[in-house]
Amino acid sequence: MDFGLTSEQQMLVDSIRAFVEQELKPYEDEVERTNQVRPELIQQIHAAAIKTGFYAANMPEELGGGGLDHIALTLMERELGRTSFALQYAVARPSNILRACQGEQIERYLLPAIRGERVECLALTEPNAGSDLRSMQTRAESDGDDFVINGTKHFISYADVADFIVLFAASGAEETGKGTKKKITSFLVDKDTPGLDVHMGPHSVSHRGFHHCELVFTNCRVHKRHVLGEVHRGFDVANQWLGATRLTVAAQCVGRAQRAMEMATQWAATRKQFGQAIGKFQGVSFKLADMATEIEAANLLCLQTAWKTDQGTVADADYAMAKLFATEMLARVTDQTVQIFGGMGLMEEVGVERLWRDARVERIWDGTSEIQRHIISRSLLRPLE
Amino acid sequence: MKVLVAVKRVVDFNVKVRVKADGTGVETANVKMSMNPFDEIGVEEAVRLKEGGKATEVIAVSLGPTQCQETIRTALAMGADRGIHVQTDVELQPLAVAKLLKAVVDKEQPQLCILGKQAIDDDANQTGQMLAALLSWSQATFASKLVINGDGTANVTREVDGGLETIQAKLPLVMTTDLRLNEPRYASLPNIMKAKKKPIEQLTPEALGVDPAPRLKTLKVVEPPKRKAGVKVKSVAELVDKLRNEAKVI
Repeated sequence: MDFGLTSEQQMLVDSIRAFVEQELKPYEDEVERTNQVRPELIQQIHAAAIKTGFYAANMPEELGGGGLDHIALTLMERELGRTSFALQYAVARPSNILRACQGEQIERYLLPAIRGERVECLALTEPNAGSDLRSMQTRAESDGDDFVINGTKHFISYADVADFIVLFAASGAEETGKGTKKKITSFLVDKDTPGLDVHMGPHSVSHRGFHHCELVFTNCRVHKRHVLGEVHRGFDVANQWLGATRLTVAAQCVGRAQRAMEMATQWAATRKQFGQAIGKFQGVSFKLADMATEIEAANLLCLQTAWKTDQGTVADADYAMAKLFATEMLARVTDQTVQIFGGMGLMEEVGVERLWRDARVERIWDGTSEIQRHIISRSLLRPLE
Repeated sequence: MKVLVAVKRVVDFNVKVRVKADGTGVETANVKMSMNPFDEIGVEEAVRLKEGGKATEVIAVSLGPTQCQETIRTALAMGADRGIHVQTDVELQPLAVAKLLKAVVDKEQPQLCILGKQAIDDDANQTGQMLAALLSWSQATFASKLVINGDGTANVTREVDGGLETIQAKLPLVMTTDLRLNEPRYASLPNIMKAKKKPIEQLTPEALGVDPAPRLKTLKVVEPPKRKAGVKVKSVAELVDKLRNEAKVI
């Protein structure tokens, strides 16, 4: 068993950290202040990421991507997690689900996404279908060569910037032993398709500059050649390609926690009260000890899950454990960081409160902590049923 | 034109160094090691020469234990074409390094050798000068700008006490880098991947006919003395008095 990084992995970490320091970090305050990443800035980050080969690093080399394995990708996500989510998102890692593209979809959606010419977003969530995705009400009805789509999606991240949408809609229903079950189909929908309106969603407390939108489909016609995967088999496509997304959330949390830890340690070593550095008080120093221990544990859990993914032995519960632990660890670490900073920790200028705010969404999106616990406990109990 | 760049593996500049308990040196076990920052500047300059069509090949050389290969790989990932590793576990002092580099230069026949002006571990600032002397080549130290002319010369701007000095030197040349020569790039993903496939030649001091044994003996290494707290003076008169009679500086 070897826990060390290879020299390539170490170089990748160093290089991405330098990229973050030089290309992204200088704009953090601007993004926090204006709640947006200017289109020119997105272009600038795209260009820098393409030049350095970090753009679409998750995609296979033969398609023009970086060809990184999951360990390298996890290290990359961890380093990118150190900066503003909105900024690092411009270093695109196109959704793996685009790998399900077939025929002319490859030239129209997959390859342009890898080349940085087009940007995608995923539309699953609805006002009445959050954790309970299958209850979605957006429907796609077959009509000749088209599907006619009606319904509303919300919390659709990045739809303001994206050029096309990977949409999930109910295309029918079937009777099962447990009652009626909706059949879901996935579509590739260009954002300028008539019948689709995109509105900005409400402001989120987490991840300023990274917006989510509401998508309203009104008799929106999509040709059947835009079905991703097979009709009625949308969740199969999602299950095949989206599992590892939870690992990226977990890895980003580790990076952000490391940044919080560094700030907290620096502060504890220099801030003086009662005639000495506050880190000399156990009330503060033991917090640091617990934070460091938890970060290390989450880091190892992420890397192990990545390793299992590369080995082909990963299970849903592995992703769930990594996501559950890392996101909850980040909540504790950023909360303690604010505590160590005291009142200063709440000031926007210090840069600690944003880590704390940004931590909050991680326990909710890509499957809430409760859903992750459900997945883990199900994997424990189901064999005994 | 071939360019040879020396790259030294040193304790990372971010690490707070600790003196070993027995006072024989500084702690290097479990400490992050990196390429000497001045050598990174050297690699960057060499790679830019290649990108600008002035250099045909960039060779990165490192001397020392096996782990020096990681430092060479970093240079390869930045864009150097191949590496040479002279393997030895002997403590290498500037004269030994200069002799080993001379042997490599004799073998490779580059027109330009770029070294850092000093390594951030021992701060000797000797190797470049010694190498130029051993080779009987021109030398240009503390470079902040390099222009290769078409006529077998180079213009080098040097950072000297009074400001900047630009000299013209004949090639072949030994140049040592100063901080402001350039800003080193971070390696791109394709170059990190390619670095794995670039060759690193293995040599030994014996094969090069050099005896690297240290000529100097380190007696002891100690931490710098802790800075003592200052005192507050009540008046200008008291300050002047202290400067004159205690510090004896005026």
